[in-house]
Amino acid sequence: MRMTGLKTIAIAAGLLIAGTGYAAAPAAPTAPAVAAPAPAAVSATPPAAPAANNPALAQDGAYAMAPTAGIGQPVNGNIGIQPQVTSNGQRAHGFHDNILIPVITAVCALVLALLFWVMFRYNRRRNPVASKTSHNTAIEIVWTLAPVVILVLLAVPSIGLLQAQFKPAPDNAITLKAIGNQWYWSYQYPDNGGFEITANMLKEKGEVAAGERSRTDADGPRLLAVDNRIVLPVGVPIRLITTAQDVIHSWAVPAFWIKLDAVPGRLNETSFTIDKPGVYFGQCSELCGARHGYMPIAVEAVPLAQFNAWVQAKGGSVKGAKPSTAPAALAPTPAAAPADTTTGPVDNTTAAAPQTTQGATGNPAGAGTGQ
Amino acid sequence: MTDTALSPSQFQAHGHDDHAHDADHKPAFFARWFMSTNHKDIGTLYLIFAICAGIIGGAVSGLMRAELAHPGIQYLGTWANMLHGGTASFDESLHLWNVLVTAHGLIMVFFMVMPAMIGAFGNWFVPLMIGAPDMAFPRMNNISFWLLVPAFTLLLASPFFGGAGNGWTLYAPLSTYGEPGPSTDMAILSLHLAGASSILGAINFITTIFNMRAPGMTLHKMPLFVWSVLVTAFLLLLSLPVLAAAITMLLTDRNFGTTFFDPAGGGDPILYQHLFWFFGHPEVYIMILPGFGIVSQIISTFSKKPVFGYLGMAYAMVAIGVVGFVVWAHHMFTTGLSVNTKMYFTAATMVIAVPTGIKIFSWIATMWGGSMSFKTPMVWAIGFIFMFTVGGVTGVVLANGGVDDYMQDTYYVVAHFHYVLSLGAVFSLFAGFYYWFPKMSGKMYNEFLGQLHFWVFFIGVNVMFFPMHFLGLQGQPRRMPDYTDGLAHWNYIATVGYMIMAAGMAIFFVNLIWSMIAGKKAGDNPWGEGATTLEWTLSSPPPYHQFETLPKID
Repeated sequence: MRMTGLKTIAIAAGLLIAGTGYAAAPAAPTAPAVAAPAPAAVSATPPAAPAANNPALAQDGAYAMAPTAGIGQPVNGNIGIQPQVTSNGQRAHGFHDNILIPVITAVCALVLALLFWVMFRYNRRRNPVASKTSHNTAIEIVWTLAPVVILVLLAVPSIGLLQAQFKPAPDNAITLKAIGNQWYWSYQYPDNGGFEITANMLKEKGEVAAGERSRTDADGPRLLAVDNRIVLPVGVPIRLITTAQDVIHSWAVPAFWIKLDAVPGRLNETSFTIDKPGVYFGQCSELCGARHGYMPIAVEAVPLAQFNAWVQAKGGSVKGAKPSTAPAALAPTPAAAPADTTTGPVDNTTAAAPQTTQGATGNPAGAGTGQ
Repeated sequence: MTDTALSPSQFQAHGHDDHAHDADHKPAFFARWFMSTNHKDIGTLYLIFAICAGIIGGAVSGLMRAELAHPGIQYLGTWANMLHGGTASFDESLHLWNVLVTAHGLIMVFFMVMPAMIGAFGNWFVPLMIGAPDMAFPRMNNISFWLLVPAFTLLLASPFFGGAGNGWTLYAPLSTYGEPGPSTDMAILSLHLAGASSILGAINFITTIFNMRAPGMTLHKMPLFVWSVLVTAFLLLLSLPVLAAAITMLLTDRNFGTTFFDPAGGGDPILYQHLFWFFGHPEVYIMILPGFGIVSQIISTFSKKPVFGYLGMAYAMVAIGVVGFVVWAHHMFTTGLSVNTKMYFTAATMVIAVPTGIKIFSWIATMWGGSMSFKTPMVWAIGFIFMFTVGGVTGVVLANGGVDDYMQDTYYVVAHFHYVLSLGAVFSLFAGFYYWFPKMSGKMYNEFLGQLHFWVFFIGVNVMFFPMHFLGLQGQPRRMPDYTDGLAHWNYIATVGYMIMAAGMAIFFVNLIWSMIAGKKAGDNPWGEGATTLEWTLSSPPPYHQFETLPKID
């Protein structure tokens, strides 16, 4: 990452906020996790009092919100699905854990029990003379129809789940456009003035040049933490639109039960509503070349008011706000503006990818990769 | 069906005298093994080829499990340096990972499982089981095999030209403008050759099975292995041309400026996926159906009972083949399909569980009331039934389009298809190998080593692949050389599983070499009264030309 002096201050401010200011935020249980790295950073850098008052600045450096262990990321040794924070995710999780798993376990147990029984009862010693039975129409009909019935019973909730997942986003939804690039994600908020965020993976301490930003535990786990998290509001429907600039990528966050391919020349759409504030991680889920494993996704879900503040700090506008307030909202805060213009992809890319500010559902303006 | 091409004088002699002594007349070494038109020799060549490919493909997976044993990049840089003969960049070492992933998939699918199932066991035993002297087109049979050799050479050479790192699915546009250099072209041409080989083989099997059955052997009296090869041959014949078309379009997109899959020219990357999976889904049944056939023969033999519900078993395979052609888009649930499409493919995919269930229950019913002996082939076959069931039920989970959004492209999918292939298809291959080894070689394998091989391999693959379900549910995506530290535990366990599995394979090769050298001589029918198919009426190994007088089936 190229860094300006101002931005370094912003990071320090962010850490300060993370350690102190946000302790009373809804994600209060997460605060202790960040408390450890914060003091060191704060002591090393002069405090930036004006910036600390701007909650949005925290998003550019370290984070206002630290990830919670066990939420939105894998846990070593765990065997199940990640906790879900969307209603469709909870529904699918319940379908998987309460219906599919018992059914498939029962089927395996039945087959295993039958195998043990025939091996025990019908081996050469116990049953020296084999029967010659080779037909039994009744039982053949039973083992054809029984699976049919089970599958129909499985299909009902499965089809219902699909219907729920395909429910279009309502008008008040906030649109997030995720654009896959080799090898980073860029994001646009077309409903909020179309500003852009570029998210690169954060490297480890030993992998970056002196003075460059490296990952801290507050950023998130190795290979999952990014330099610029995308921020989304809690409780507001999100319309996700994906596309790609070069090859196919896939935008996936397990905690949302969302995985949607980002295909060049196409716009894919889905929607979800995040129930709980938190930091949720995912990874590109379609093989996209050498650094396929190095383009993580990190979402910070915050209350709507905080989201709106962040949007304004990014130079965006609040959706649904009166037009008269828009200019004020669009005017970048002095601190945020320079930080925004320097967040472009620097060292995780092969070539600078052209960015467009076209609206999410706009008509493609001619041939070309992307939109 | 004597070998007319090689010895026309012998052919002329046919009209004159009795020459039963000619039945075991073999050509000299070069003519026999390089110009072979004999189905058994070609089957043996396929088997040797598949074993070689299996060693290479298995070694590649060993490299991958070594790298994945711990979080972080450990060995890739060293390997990339070796491959490049100098210092490889970080991106080049990461690319090497994708090359390994691609090579493992392509080698195991096209150069190990398919040649072993269809090429080796199909060639060896379809003519023997239907009472035919040879395949219908012996010389076409020869070219089917020899096309595989340049195909495999091209694939193995490609890493030295940069390496094809697209995954075995070769998705556009990563495989078109995403990957310059000749490697991907070499991989595509390799698939073309392997595909042509399989299409010719399929034509040969269909013709042979339809026209060359011994008098009295109706379709409904054919052994189930022959049924399975017949269905497989139709799947090959109908699906491979679609793959050929798709990868030809890749080739022209790469080299001649067409834009079939490039949106900049009106093309569509998703079109490629539809074409690929229209081939790719039948392909997974191509890999498992002959295994179903093998297992049916073995279960019947060692239970001393005829197969239970023969017609249901045969037509279950036909049904799997037919339905297998209309479920392809369940591989594409996250590509942005419409809700109706996803509902259809969810429902259609679930339907496949019905004929598969019929097969599982019929195998168990075959053993029910039987007098089972647990020789090595039987142990592998029983292991197959259970492991294939485990792989099958996770297929039912993945069939749900709404659930699959979570598992798609994670290790859950890797676990699923390795349970049906590495524990399904490969178990059936080992079952078939031990079952027919006495017939093919004339020698018995070592029973103790065979049993030991089973148990070590069984434990190894389960320790390796079962934790991958957990990794997938925790969210680990496929095809990445590194993973976040929260996934370390089960990845390490999986690598331990690989090492156990590799020890099992060492036992297999010891057994193979020992049996070839010092194995006891096998009788015509080492398995006793349960083995009722025609190959057991011949000597072990069978004469060079068999059934010069056709057997009669009543």
